[in-house]
Amino acid sequence: MDWQAFALSLRLAAVTTAILIAIAVPLAGLLVLGRGRWLAVVEALSTLPLVLPPTVLGFFLLVLLGPRTFVGREIAALFGHPLAFSFEGLVVGSVIYSLPFAVQPLVAGFASVRPPLVDAARLLGAGPVRLVLRLLLPLSRRSLLTAAVLSFLHTVGEFGVVLMLGGDIPGATRTLSIVLYNQVENFNYQAAMRTAGLLIAMSVTALAFLYAEAQRHGARGGRQR
Amino acid sequence: MIDLAIDARRNGFHLRVECRLASAWTVFFGPSGAGKTTLLRLLAGLDRGEQGTALAGRVILEGRVMTDTAHKIWIRPGRRQTAFVTQHTGLFPHLNVEANVAFGLHKLEKAQRRRRVDEMLDLVDASELRSRRTQELSGGQAQRVAMARALATGPRLLLLDEPFSALDGSASDALLERLQHWARQNDVQTVMATHDAADALAIGAEVLLLREGRMAALGPASQVLAMERERLRERLQIAD
Repeated sequence: MDWQAFALSLRLAAVTTAILIAIAVPLAGLLVLGRGRWLAVVEALSTLPLVLPPTVLGFFLLVLLGPRTFVGREIAALFGHPLAFSFEGLVVGSVIYSLPFAVQPLVAGFASVRPPLVDAARLLGAGPVRLVLRLLLPLSRRSLLTAAVLSFLHTVGEFGVVLMLGGDIPGATRTLSIVLYNQVENFNYQAAMRTAGLLIAMSVTALAFLYAEAQRHGARGGRQR
Repeated sequence: MIDLAIDARRNGFHLRVECRLASAWTVFFGPSGAGKTTLLRLLAGLDRGEQGTALAGRVILEGRVMTDTAHKIWIRPGRRQTAFVTQHTGLFPHLNVEANVAFGLHKLEKAQRRRRVDEMLDLVDASELRSRRTQELSGGQAQRVAMARALATGPRLLLLDEPFSALDGSASDALLERLQHWARQNDVQTVMATHDAADALAIGAEVLLLREGRMAALGPASQVLAMERERLRERLQIAD
């Protein structure tokens, strides 16, 4: 077992999930509370990675973050190295690739809060930030947990974006998915089976935890008058 | 004082009202579907001509323009110094009673906030509910707490939409009496929507009679609801 790749996958997933939640909470708040036709464009863009082939996304990011574009050069100047083929580059790719998995559950959770509660909070002086932090988020804890678990698992299992954007650098960009690919390519099916088993075990454990939490929350959940 | 000129359309319903409400206590009276709730929501700033609603007109509260579609003015609900209590209490289920009442008081210092919560819970006779979870409250208790929460922010205008529907007759009368006293003391203009003529007559307020989205009459309850009063009297005589 490549424990270095295992640790890197966990680190990548943890960092990506933290960033995604920080982005997805205000974004979901904007989509649910905002008004205007441009919101449809924002929602479409945030959902786009769901339907875009990961290799296409990885390719565009590789070009964008590479030294041939203005953005790539500016970022390289900022970090001291290009983002392509680095851990930071993988984080950027993973955040974009997993964005819908964080945003969609939160949008569903926020939208399910009954309108009289939102009206009451608005009448009591709550602006958008307070509405999200003091009302929508506390009443969507299950959605927040779903968003975090799905983002984490999706990042752990991603392959196309990682391969295109990060390549295969041990300790920097070699994740479990890349290890599995290498093992299959080398006909080392026994090792591949162990790596795949570990990935499956992580997913099943996380999902079981999610559903157990959902059941527990459902049993104790408060009704919204 | 409220100056209203509203033209709103939603799902085939057309509300058109233009009037000045100068009385300390006004009752919007009319059958279900007459437009009472729509009008209250427009006063509160909760509807602003979106999601299928076409809105034109203006709302002026005590000389301050709150809504003016011609000049694209719309003051958000929390800045209108307006409280709105409906039959759907809208209590926040993740907060207890005290935190619900304190929700709009976050800008006050802790001691001040606590005093205001005490005062408001006392006003609606709900002091003993202070640390209860909202799920443990009966319908009537929840309406009392919702009332306390709305009044705590110190509104200049109080909007009530059938707010006592879960309270029995005597509890409703007692709370209404306290509320009238509080509104008088604090110089708060009140507008209450009801389809119950007895409520409207008991308050003795100015009545805006609504029928199918149009203002049918505006004047003292004894005049506007004279027919309803006769009908009620006849029913009571038959019951005797």
